[in-house]
Amino acid sequence: MTRGSRLIDATALTFGFAFLYLPIVILIVFSFNASQLVTVWGGFSTRWYGAILENRQLLDAGWMTVKVGLASATLATVIGTFAALALNRYARFRGRILFSGMVYAPLVMPEVITGLSLLLLFVALGIDRGFWTVTVAHATFTAGFVAVVVQSRLVTLDRSLEEAAADLGAAPFQVFRRITLPLIAPGVIAGFLLAFTLSLDDLVIASFTTGPGATTLPMRIYSQVRLGVTPEINAICTIMIGIVAVLVIGSSLATKRAALADQRTGQPD
Amino acid sequence: MSDRAARRITILIPYLWLVLFFLVPFGIVAKMSLSQVATAVPPYVPNFGWGDGWSGWLDKARELSSDNYAVVLGDSLYIDAFLTSLRIAATGTLILLIIGYPMAHAMARASAGIRPLLVMAVILPFWTSFLIRIYAWIGILKPEGLLNEVLLAVGLISERLQIANTEAAVLVGVVYSYLPFMVLPLYAALERLDRTLLEAAGDLGCPPWRAFWRITVPLTLPGIAAGCFLCFIPIVGEVVIPDLLGGSDTLMIGKTLWTEFFSNRDWPVASSVAILLLVVLVGPIMVYQHLQARQIESRR
Repeated sequence: MTRGSRLIDATALTFGFAFLYLPIVILIVFSFNASQLVTVWGGFSTRWYGAILENRQLLDAGWMTVKVGLASATLATVIGTFAALALNRYARFRGRILFSGMVYAPLVMPEVITGLSLLLLFVALGIDRGFWTVTVAHATFTAGFVAVVVQSRLVTLDRSLEEAAADLGAAPFQVFRRITLPLIAPGVIAGFLLAFTLSLDDLVIASFTTGPGATTLPMRIYSQVRLGVTPEINAICTIMIGIVAVLVIGSSLATKRAALADQRTGQPD
Repeated sequence: MSDRAARRITILIPYLWLVLFFLVPFGIVAKMSLSQVATAVPPYVPNFGWGDGWSGWLDKARELSSDNYAVVLGDSLYIDAFLTSLRIAATGTLILLIIGYPMAHAMARASAGIRPLLVMAVILPFWTSFLIRIYAWIGILKPEGLLNEVLLAVGLISERLQIANTEAAVLVGVVYSYLPFMVLPLYAALERLDRTLLEAAGDLGCPPWRAFWRITVPLTLPGIAAGCFLCFIPIVGEVVIPDLLGGSDTLMIGKTLWTEFFSNRDWPVASSVAILLLVVLVGPIMVYQHLQARQIESRR
């Protein structure tokens, strides 16, 4: 590689990562700003973190978001894993094209369309909107992401292990539980975490499908941001960034350990 | 449990779920888009039921279908919003490609040891709240914000620029939010690229930039296409970015649908907008799905 191309690479990466991280860094720094004004630095302070603890509405919304995230990510993981298995294992079945379309379309479908259509479904079915409608909606749009992640793991899976287990008399469910699931576990866990963070993040679909008593954190933040910028929001955002960073770093360490273990036992990653 | 039963369960669980919560809802939106506003209170009186049969459907559709669609297609507000959305999505996708390709290229050429770290660094912001990241840009772009302060201090400008609440701010927002969606498929394509081809070209006297155009770009076209679709389609329907960064001047179709639904409470017109948006996007979505299927096939 020439020196010129090295310089181009370094510039592209520096510029790109600065663009990606600068806003987040600024946000974190200003969450420790003592001043009431968001843009003027008034010294270091943690007062806004204290203010969150007294904000009942925000805490309730935060708790609701976590509950919806855990429930919908669990549902999405089950649906997405089965969908990935169906697409990976069964090359031919009736309506396969429609099926794969429905699995992947939510990845790109604008959220307003998904949100509106699910709301109209719940209205048509006469279901009261609240925790469960948001959960079902989130599970539906995140299942496709789980399917993609699990698929990438299934592709590298050594099928002869499953065949051996079946030859030795294991029933299909036993093969799945004892062989397939442990081998695709890193993909399933990564899929769950992705579904969880997508759910934590979603504003549009939740706004359409929610009901009284089920306000999520993004909805609360959105209404506050529109009314005016408060330093308190910087503090909440910093806490959320911290939680996600811990989750992501933890899961990547776990994946690395699994990869190392695979190497030791001589399995493909 | 037999293999047949296992197969049936594996397929049916996700299939039924997606039919009920993804496919059927579109039918209901289509039905709502043909309904009329009966009272000010939702859920409105439908113009026909599912029980009327095919001919009843056709009759009623012929009579009434035009109503809400005529409103949408006849009002320049909606057409403008559609066109603005398509323009912003196209421009944004192009800028994303220009910024994202060199990044992905540099990542793929980095030493094997730091590549996973770079991928992680691209994904990490995507795992933090999207709303929060857009919110951070308000603080940067507004007239008394950071960007203006820096530009003034450096002496590049003498008057504060009005960036917030313009289409430029929306572009900054979409490029920022969708960068990982562009970089990751490009990186996946570039990482798989066979380097020996470039070496061979070099040995045969081909200058690097020419090898890039003749070998790297054509071989990574599937990645380029996947990245572009992954960004373009959701940007067209974007709601939050134009609302927070674009102000009242930048009207995009997703935001229009949102307003029609939540502020004007006109569910039938909102449904018509959704159906039209879907029609506009079905082509690109099908292309995307085709590429997705091909990529999974090629990975086998």
